[in-house]
Amino acid sequence: MSVVRHGFLGALAPGHRDRLLTFAREACFPAETRVFEEAGAADRFWLIRSGLVALDIHVPGRRAAVVETLGEGDLLGWSWMFEPYRWHLGARCHAAVTAYEFDAEPVRLACAEDPAFGLAVTRCVAEVIARRLKATRTRLLDLYGFPGGGTP
Amino acid sequence: MTGCERDSADAVIDKDGMDALITILAARGRTVVGPTVRDGAIILAEISGGAELPYGWGVELEAGRYRLVARDDGAAFAHSAGPQSWKTFLHPPRVREWSADRDADGTIVVTADDTPVPAYAFLGVRPCDLRAIAVQDRVLTGGRYGDSAYRRRRDGAFLVAVECTEPGATCFCVSMETGPAVGPGYDLALTEVLDGDGHRFLVRAGSGEGAAVLAELPSRAADSATRSAARDRVAEAADRMGRTMPLVDLRTLMRETLDAERWNDVTSRCLTCGNCTMVCPTCFCTTVEDVTDLTGDHAERWRHWESCFDRDFTHVPTGPVRDSPRSRYRQWATHKLGTWYDQFGSSGCVGCGRCIVWCPVGIDITEEAHALNRERGRSTAQEAG
Amino acid sequence: MTVPVPYRVVAHRVDTPDTATIVLEPADAALPPFAPGQFAMVYAFGVGDIPLSVCDIDGPRLAHTVRTVGAVSGALHDVRIGRTVGVRGPFGTGWELSEAEGRDLVVVAGGIGLAPLRPLVLAALATPERYRRLNVLIGGRTPDDLLYCGEPWQAAAGVRVTVDRAGPAWTGEVGLVTTLIDRADFEPPRTAAFICGPEPMIRATAADLVHRGVDPDRIRVSLERTMHCGTGHCGHCQLGPLLLCRDGPVVGWTRAEPLLMVREL
Ligand SMILES: Cc1cc2nc3c(=O)[nH]c(=O)nc-3n(C[C@H](O)[C@H](O)[C@H](O)COP(=O)(O)OP(=O)(O)OC[C@H]3O[C@@H](n4cnc5c(N)ncnc54)[C@H](O)[C@@H]3O)c2cc1C
Ligand code: SF4
Ligand code: SF4
Repeated sequence: MSVVRHGFLGALAPGHRDRLLTFAREACFPAETRVFEEAGAADRFWLIRSGLVALDIHVPGRRAAVVETLGEGDLLGWSWMFEPYRWHLGARCHAAVTAYEFDAEPVRLACAEDPAFGLAVTRCVAEVIARRLKATRTRLLDLYGFPGGGTP
Repeated sequence: MTGCERDSADAVIDKDGMDALITILAARGRTVVGPTVRDGAIILAEISGGAELPYGWGVELEAGRYRLVARDDGAAFAHSAGPQSWKTFLHPPRVREWSADRDADGTIVVTADDTPVPAYAFLGVRPCDLRAIAVQDRVLTGGRYGDSAYRRRRDGAFLVAVECTEPGATCFCVSMETGPAVGPGYDLALTEVLDGDGHRFLVRAGSGEGAAVLAELPSRAADSATRSAARDRVAEAADRMGRTMPLVDLRTLMRETLDAERWNDVTSRCLTCGNCTMVCPTCFCTTVEDVTDLTGDHAERWRHWESCFDRDFTHVPTGPVRDSPRSRYRQWATHKLGTWYDQFGSSGCVGCGRCIVWCPVGIDITEEAHALNRERGRSTAQEAG
Repeated sequence: MTVPVPYRVVAHRVDTPDTATIVLEPADAALPPFAPGQFAMVYAFGVGDIPLSVCDIDGPRLAHTVRTVGAVSGALHDVRIGRTVGVRGPFGTGWELSEAEGRDLVVVAGGIGLAPLRPLVLAALATPERYRRLNVLIGGRTPDDLLYCGEPWQAAAGVRVTVDRAGPAWTGEVGLVTTLIDRADFEPPRTAAFICGPEPMIRATAADLVHRGVDPDRIRVSLERTMHCGTGHCGHCQLGPLLLCRDGPVVGWTRAEPLLMVREL
């Protein structure tokens, strides 16, 4: 398998990276596929190798609102790591997507059995969450918005 | 001219000579501005004769306090900085920069302001203020773009400096290395001497025009007694400074104390009134104002002094950058004592003490610098311990 | 003190609901040439003048993209073709693209910050042999707020665009502009970066690039402060030791970072 150069995997030490990849299988999604739905069981996760995935939230009476897009090298899904293992967003492929797909259960087990591996994977996931949180908070500032709020 | 032989480098004049100096400068087409007593203060105003000089007046200065006091010795220049400085004349509070006219098809024609400016002669420029003029020269004409409003006034100005023999309680020119002896940049420099040999002024020329004026003055050759009396009085003045700055590199002190607790202390007292910036002889900041006449086809650009203590000074569309009074006092002090070096290669403070005297609550820049230095010392000690 | 030079408005294009681009031609003599990143003080008759970056330099012609936020920007946004405005300049530092020869280029723009970067990208596209890969990353508020959409250089430069918020019609990316850095193609130690946008966006972007190994000395950012004169005399644009109209608006990150970290400096 060719290995993703940067992003999530790039942050793992080579030993841990190879270990994690032993759980991976290749997956392809045609454009417009919904990979998972809000509140569904978070029993898998993906590392995107190509294509774009939009994370969205269902708003009654509106088409799903896209809150973030993920692309090459990004981790798709982290709800598998924390109880209650439910997706809190939906995911839809913008265009055809190739990815490494992982079942959550064996990875969680491996993490529990080997604390060093577990810590390394958890730290990488936490870093992803922290970055997304930071980016989201920055977007909340509405930096490019009209000074003082609202549109002129 | 007395006609006697003398050293062209210096000469001695008496009070009549001072009168003659004013007359000669006026005869050369100059507007003579000097110190004079008005409304309980020694101010700078146009004078037409020596009698208008503050003979017999001195001042008592303290933080937030200014008082005129009569002197028995009749000295003319035994006072220190008053409420104004020469920037009032060289960098006036309000000037028109240009005007613009719009014709029927919307074309605009812009004309730089060329209202004639007076050719000034400043009489009684103290050494600190002479340095302040040099500092403003650097700011307003020393960069890539010259400020023509300033340059036109400055180029024509004739400077008669007077060395300091009677420093005020708020003076600290020794710390800032600007006085009490006169530095370069004058046309004529005077030192007032009062002793058993009479009331007289030692005069030196510092420029061609200064020498020409000196040659026209009724004077006598300088004698060694007058020279040494002048030297001694200036040297004694250096020992009688009312204030000092801490003996450290102030630029580094400012850079290293941006987060100091002391800024909170000073801003609990500061009213952000901006008086300190208005009286400071080097503060140069301005804002602009655009006005149109009733036809709407004639517009003018005016600029006027503005203070960094104004909240709107740093207005950007999202609001003021320096919103808190703390950040505004800090900006002023660190600019004067620190970042001025980065921007213009010298200190922005010349030690005249005006900001101390004219602060309504008596905030003292030297005291603040000492406090910052102590606080820095404490935190360095803590880190080391 | 400098005096505005008359320029005629020869074109006017509405870019977004609050932004327009005006193209100016000297009525008589032109000002000295502008470099990408430099700015002009543009005068709306009787209203005032404001700093505006040049977004296009075409011989003596200048273009400015103006966002309406107040009196002067509003007047310039609404100016009609054929009218005259006053221009002073060129002022400030430029991007100094030539310093980046032989490097990967990462250009990151947020909102109106794309305006000063546009001539930089055009210059890089004009001499592709001098640089390695060109990455242009653009963040906007919503798809409606994006500037210069469909201009040929955007395709030529392979721009990547993301917006903070999008409606259902948007098929592009959603997220902070920093997320685009993940997808950009550059080798950090051999990269030169150019950033303009709101200050928090500049800080986040530069920090991210440094974290990835881009040399802070190779990152240049463009900063905004109040400016009345453009000539270093009014005192308003101070950022600690810098007078941004003279020592900026484009400043190296090594210089800018410690200053931006001091609150209300
Ligand atoms: C280097 C540089 C490049 C820029 N390039 C661009 C660009 O390409 N495109 C663009 O759209 N914008 C640009 N800007 C921002 C633009 O200059 C401001 O949006 C513009 O100055 C706002 O002016 P205004 O009159 O429309 O708004 P206002 O908010 O009314 O402010 C106008 C100016 O007047 C002053 N001012 C306003 N109100 C007050 C007050 N109450 N007290 C004191 N002063 C006040 C401020 O100095 C302010 O900058 C740039 C800014 C800088 C510094
Ligand atoms: S800061 Fe104060 S003491 Fe220093 S030059 Fe200005 S007014 Fe004088
Ligand atoms: S230091 Fe004094 S003079 Fe200066 S703004 Fe504060 S209160 Fe006013």
